[in-house]
Amino acid sequence: MTFWQTFLWFMVGGLALCAAMCIFRIVRGPTPPDRTVAIDILGVILVSMCAVVALLTGRDFPMTIAIAWSLLAFIGTTALAKHLEGRSFDD
Amino acid sequence: MTELVAAVLLAAGLVFNFLGCLGLVRLPDVYTRLQASTKCVTLGTCLILLAVIVATGVGSAAAKALIIGAFILLTCPTAAHALARGSYRSGIKPTPSVVDAYGDAIASECEPAGSGGNNEKA
Repeated sequence: MTFWQTFLWFMVGGLALCAAMCIFRIVRGPTPPDRTVAIDILGVILVSMCAVVALLTGRDFPMTIAIAWSLLAFIGTTALAKHLEGRSFDD
Repeated sequence: MTELVAAVLLAAGLVFNFLGCLGLVRLPDVYTRLQASTKCVTLGTCLILLAVIVATGVGSAAAKALIIGAFILLTCPTAAHALARGSYRSGIKPTPSVVDAYGDAIASECEPAGSGGNNEKA
């Protein structure tokens, strides 16, 4: 295993630690906006995890997954923010 | 050489991501958590995508990384702004706050309309 591959596995572990911290905030968060912030950040962390997996495997299908994931994270966060504000989705 | 540059960029991105998530866990309030985590995680993810561009060279993965980077730079501040507005309007106050400028802005925005309505009624 070369230095590059070892380093990429270390990156995967570090990003998994970041995702675990976000999941801790989702589970523990005292109010709904705390959980929504943590869901938003978890989406972006998983996009960077997809980029690292694309480097690790040497193929580019994880980047396609990352495109779809970033779009879905933005749409979901905006919908949850509108719901927090007390408006309905077609408002 | 490209692997060394990409490794430095990846390490910097991981440090930014980790500090953003640490702020998400450790800070006391919704607004401080939102501020710390959104800025740090946006920059860290863009550095990791830049490392993908450096490591793979010209190709489809680099093009997709460029698209995702531009999209994240556009949408993360927008989502954070919508979240801050939504959490304020859902009734959560910034706990140890000295200045509440958004509350004053809402009050001065609503007051002329409200007083105008009262004047019409009177």
